[in-house]
Amino acid sequence: MFHRESGYFKTTYAADGGLYPLPIAKWTVGVLLVGFILLPTISTVVSGAVSAEYYVSVVNLILIAVVGALGLNILVGYTGQISIGHAGFMSVGAYTAANLAVKLDLPFWITLPAGGLMAAFIGVIVGIPSLRIKGLYLAIATLAAQLIIEWVINHTPAISGGSQASIEVPRPTVLGHPLKTQRELYYFLLFFAVLSIVATLNLVRSRIGRAFVAIRDQDIAAEIIGINIFRYKLTAFAISSFYAGVTGVLYTYYLGIANYENFLITTSIDYLAMIIIGGLGSVLGSILGAIFVTLLPIVIRLFMESFGTLLFSASDLNNIIPATRLGLFGLLIIVFLVVEPEGLNRLWRNIRNYFRVWPFSY
Amino acid sequence: MEWDFTLLLIGNGVLIGLMYSLIALGFVVVYKATDAINFAQGEFVMLAALISAAVIVLMEMPFWVGVVVTLLGMISFSFGLERFILRALLGRPIVAIIMATIGLAAILRGLGPLFFGAETRSITLPVGDEPIIFGPFILQPVQVTGAAVALLFLGGFTWFFLKSRMGVAMRAVADNQQVAMAMGINVERYFALAWAMAGIVSALSGIVWGAMLGVDVHVALVGLKVFPVVILGGLDSIIGAVVGGLIVGIVENLAAGYLDPLVGGGTKDFAPYVLMIIALMIRPYGIFGKRKIERV
Repeated sequence: MFHRESGYFKTTYAADGGLYPLPIAKWTVGVLLVGFILLPTISTVVSGAVSAEYYVSVVNLILIAVVGALGLNILVGYTGQISIGHAGFMSVGAYTAANLAVKLDLPFWITLPAGGLMAAFIGVIVGIPSLRIKGLYLAIATLAAQLIIEWVINHTPAISGGSQASIEVPRPTVLGHPLKTQRELYYFLLFFAVLSIVATLNLVRSRIGRAFVAIRDQDIAAEIIGINIFRYKLTAFAISSFYAGVTGVLYTYYLGIANYENFLITTSIDYLAMIIIGGLGSVLGSILGAIFVTLLPIVIRLFMESFGTLLFSASDLNNIIPATRLGLFGLLIIVFLVVEPEGLNRLWRNIRNYFRVWPFSY
Repeated sequence: MEWDFTLLLIGNGVLIGLMYSLIALGFVVVYKATDAINFAQGEFVMLAALISAAVIVLMEMPFWVGVVVTLLGMISFSFGLERFILRALLGRPIVAIIMATIGLAAILRGLGPLFFGAETRSITLPVGDEPIIFGPFILQPVQVTGAAVALLFLGGFTWFFLKSRMGVAMRAVADNQQVAMAMGINVERYFALAWAMAGIVSALSGIVWGAMLGVDVHVALVGLKVFPVVILGGLDSIIGAVVGGLIVGIVENLAAGYLDPLVGGGTKDFAPYVLMIIALMIRPYGIFGKRKIERV
C-alpha cells in the first residue's frame, strides 16, 4: 500500500518465503511500530487524559483479541480443524495463572507461560480424537470440551476460588513497578500482541506451517507425502490452545479478575466470528477481524446510547444492546461466508491491488 | 424402596429421552438428506416456542391456531434458510456450513428476545396438569404428550423413508446426489422437503418443550442435548435418534438422581457429554450410523 514493488524479482525460494516481502517493508513495519508506541501519547494530546484512558483501554481489548484470534486461526484457518471450545482453553489459562499468582505469589512471566502450557496440555487432550474424527464430529467434541471445562471449573472450588467462581489477581509487575493504568498495560499487551504476530508469521512460513496447510487442503494426500498427520494435528491444537491460554491470562490481568463468565461459549463464537470476518488462514485477517469484532459492540453501544432512546425506553435498552450485538455477529458471519469467504483480508488485498497500478490500470 | 426410585427416574428418563429424540429427528433428517449440519436446532425449537407463545398468549388465540401458525411459520422459515443461505454454500467445506448455522443460532438468539420480549411466558397444553400415577411411576401429562408426539413422528418418518415414494427418493438423494439427479429426481426439491420436515419437527418440539419449560431464550439450551443424542445413535439413522434419545434421557435422569447429591448439582447437563466423548473415542459413527470410508 505504502510502496511500489516493481523492479524486485524473487529468484530463490528463500526470498519468496521471506518475512519481509520487499526490503522497504522493514521501514513500513518500523513506522507502524513507532506509531503504536506513540499511540497513547498521541491520544492524550488529541483528546485529553481522561478519554485517552478509555480509548487506550479499547485498544487493549483489541490487542488481547489479536492474540486469541491468531491462535484460533492457526487451528481453523491454517490446519482446517474446527474448534468451538476455544473459550474453554482461555478459561483454563486464566484460572491456572490466577491460582499461581494468588496462591504462590508468582510474577506474570511465570504465570503467563504456565497458563499457556496448561491450556496447551488440555488442548492436546481434546485434540487427540481429531485423528479419528473431523469436521462435524470435531466441532461437537470441542463443544463438549467447552461445556465440560466450564462445568469442572464451576464445580471445583480448588480451581475456581469458591464464591462466584472468581479470583482477584494482583496487577502484573514489571521491574518492581505494578502496571496500574491502561497506558502502562497497553505497552505490556502490545509486547505480547507483537510477539504473537511475529511468532505466527514465522510459524506459517516454516515447515510446520506448510504441513498444517497441507493437512487442511487434503489430509490423506498430506499423509501420503510423508506428513505425520497425528503429530501435526496435535501440534496445531497445542499451539492454538497455548495462544488461547495466553489470551485468557492477558484478559485476566487486564480485568484484574479471573471469572469463567468471560469465557462462555459466546466468547468462542466471538473468536470464530473474528477469523471468519477477518479471513481464514491469514495473519492480517486475524488482526483485522479482532479489531472489527472488538469495536462492533462498542460502536453499537455508542449508537444505541445516542439514538436508541428515541425508540426504546432506557430499561429496554439494556436488553436490546446485547441482543443486537449477538444478532449482528450472526448476520455478519453468514454474510461473510456467503459473499466474501476470504473476509476483510481479501477486501484489503482487492483495494491494494487496485492501487498497485493506479492510476494506470493497463 | 430403592428400586421404586430407580424406576421412577428411568420412567421419566424415557419420556424426556423421547422428547429429545423428537428434536434430534429434525437434525437427522436434514443431515441424512442434505449432508448439512444444523447447529441451530435448539434455536429452531426456541423460535417455534416463541411463535406459539406469541400467538397463544399475546394474541389470545385458541391453542390449535397456535399450532397451525407455528407449523406454517417454521416450515417457511426452514424453506427460506435452505433457499437463501445454505444453497449459496453448496460445495463449500463442511466448516462453512457449521459456521453458517452457528451464525444463524446467534441471530435467532439475539433477535428472538428483541421481537418477542425477554420475559418468560407459559403456554399450556390442553391435557391438564394432574400427574399420572402408575405403579412406581409419576408421569407429567406434558411429558407424556411430548413422548406420544415423538413416537408418532418417529413412526411416521420411518414409514415415510421406508415405504413412500418421496421417502425412497429422499434416501436416493442422501445416498448419491449425482446418481439421483440422473434418475430424474429433483434434488433441490428434496433438499427443501427435508428442511420443511425439520421445520415441522422443530415446531412441535418447540410447543411441547415450551409448555414444559416456559417460553424464553433458554429453551434453546435443549439444543445442546441434540449432539449427544445423534452421536450416540448415529447421525443418519432415525432409529438411532430414538435409541440415542432414550440413552441420554435415562442417563441424565439417573445421574441427576444419584450423582447430584454427591457433587452438588449440574450433572444432568454434564453426564450426556461425558458419554458422548466416550462414544466419539470408541465408535464415532454411532450405534446405527453408517461408517464412511474415505479415499483420496
